[in-house]
Amino acid sequence: MTRYAMVADLRRCVGCQTCTAACKVSNSTVRDIQWRWVLDIEAGEFPEVTRTFVPVGCQHCAEPPCVEVCPTGATGVRPDGIVFMNYDTCIGCGYCAVACPYQARYRLEGKGYAYATPMETERNGRSPLQLGTVSKCNFCSDKVDAGRKRGLVPGVDPEATPACVNSCIASALYFGDINDETSIVARLVRENETFRMHEELGTKPSFYYLWDKKQ
Amino acid sequence: MAAAAKSVFEPDYGDVDRGVLSVMAPPGIRYWLWVGFLAALVLVGGATWTNQVYRGLGVTGLTQPTMWAVYITNFVFWVGIAHSGTLISAILYLFRTRWRTAVYRCAETMTVFAVTTAGLFPIVHLGRPWFFYFLAPYPNERSLQPDFRSPLVWDFFAISTYLTISSLFLFMGLIPDLANAREASSGWRRKFYGLLSLGWHGTDEQWRNFSMAYLLMAGLATPLVLSVHSVVSFDFAMAQLPGWHSTIFPPYFVAGAIFSGCAMVLTLIIPLRKIMGVENLVTAWHLDNLAKIILLTSLIMSYSYACESFLVWYAKDPIELETFYMRYYGPQGWIFWLMIFCNCVIPLLLFSPRVRRSMVTLFIISLFVNVGMWSERFVIVEGSLAASFEPSQWRYWHASFTEVTITVASFGWFLMWFSLFARFMPIVSMTELKEGLGWLRQAIRDSYSRAA
Repeated sequence: MTRYAMVADLRRCVGCQTCTAACKVSNSTVRDIQWRWVLDIEAGEFPEVTRTFVPVGCQHCAEPPCVEVCPTGATGVRPDGIVFMNYDTCIGCGYCAVACPYQARYRLEGKGYAYATPMETERNGRSPLQLGTVSKCNFCSDKVDAGRKRGLVPGVDPEATPACVNSCIASALYFGDINDETSIVARLVRENETFRMHEELGTKPSFYYLWDKKQ
Repeated sequence: MAAAAKSVFEPDYGDVDRGVLSVMAPPGIRYWLWVGFLAALVLVGGATWTNQVYRGLGVTGLTQPTMWAVYITNFVFWVGIAHSGTLISAILYLFRTRWRTAVYRCAETMTVFAVTTAGLFPIVHLGRPWFFYFLAPYPNERSLQPDFRSPLVWDFFAISTYLTISSLFLFMGLIPDLANAREASSGWRRKFYGLLSLGWHGTDEQWRNFSMAYLLMAGLATPLVLSVHSVVSFDFAMAQLPGWHSTIFPPYFVAGAIFSGCAMVLTLIIPLRKIMGVENLVTAWHLDNLAKIILLTSLIMSYSYACESFLVWYAKDPIELETFYMRYYGPQGWIFWLMIFCNCVIPLLLFSPRVRRSMVTLFIISLFVNVGMWSERFVIVEGSLAASFEPSQWRYWHASFTEVTITVASFGWFLMWFSLFARFMPIVSMTELKEGLGWLRQAIRDSYSRAA
């Protein structure tokens, strides 16, 4: 059974935010809405200071707290593990956004665009009817689905792979089917030390972070 | 002299009727100016909300991570206010508590209008309010079904059940009094009260059926006092957020609701009894007893605050510890300390019988409690969201014109309906006061002897 997952190699991420920009352009998200962003975490005391860059966003949990609280069933988990939004049935109560421990959900709170007039991607990518609904990273599911129909492999073929993964300049982001032992994400998780965010909450995220504890 | 003394200390059935019916006399210009002012507030609130719907929630201060702030605070506050009404009218009725007779109608009226006000806020805070009916399980051809796992759906049922039962209970208790008003009025008022009194003539059979139905309704309403605010607390307790995810929430919320509701009854009834000249029907003795409930629930609240903090300290969960640290000492820490001052410190004054019997101090204390309980809701709702799991995302809500206006308008909305009801309906129950006339006489004697 396919289960899509993302892997971020924290040893390679340089915090350039290219994934953030690629996501914004690809998904036409408005100002203040970032489905993908990169945390800049400083640790230690001067002069022994280290910086770690952590790409974050929707963790596509296997047991997502956001789905359980949605009163209209506007969000759910697909069989392939992608947590989706159905804008048609979202009433914009924001409950999913407050229940998400990763704070990865945003409500579209205005009709504004990045500049005075909408850019082409904004015109094409967003319906005015979405005003008031909640949105989040969907692992570029449109792209993944379209690619699969054409026989492409998500995570391997760029045309079937999320924009953030394609754009990463440091090869720190990977995508694929975690249940396929030959996929790159399964191999990376198998061969490296990993953690998932807030595993103690029992949400079972599909977003894995590679790191080296010794560092 | 003897006749004068009797009219003060020993009212008879006629005195009770005259006292309450005099309140329902045609109002003067000052009353209409007051109602007009409240209606204007409501209109301004409605216009502001229309603008919010048109332009989106961007006109408010709601944004990630504080997607819920003042609107949900208002919702919880008003639901809480609604609680004491049913406590006083149903639970204390079943316990045959004597002092409830003079204040229960006012409390019950407050309940109905407070629930109505509370019910507006979940709709006001929606991104797409025109689809609010998606929460209702109605037959449709689009396979739309509410998700019964969501506490918001539980809310929908809890609040609508509470509104239905409390409205019915209020109306049922009004019937004998409305018949009384019908007999004492003429013209359109006679027709109006005649229609509402449903042909009541006070026959033995009618009284027998009425008493049984009222008792059953009280029994039906009693579990709602506990269940409704427990369900509202599940909105928070079911989410895994630090500051929300706690098993203490249901009893803590119910106690807070009774606390704030009783305080609001005092806030309303103290000026009302003065303005409407019913000080001999709603006596200091009645309010003294209400103040004792406020004192008791204040102590429960203080215990709950202490218990909540202790649990966090004892569990040593770093995220929860940080959230609570920010609650006490963060940029909005003053709201938490204001809450402690208003809810835990000020009500301690009620240990003094002299304070409990002074209308001015009681009124001021009730205002403090109202402020404190609103602050508590805000601290829980907004404070927990503003500083939760991701420190990089910590952001506090900032007041916006839209939210402040709509909040003020909600008070206008509540007071407008309450003022209209208080003038055109019997705001003190004649039936029950007459049933307990001996207690009322005792209360008046008691009030005067203490004042002397």
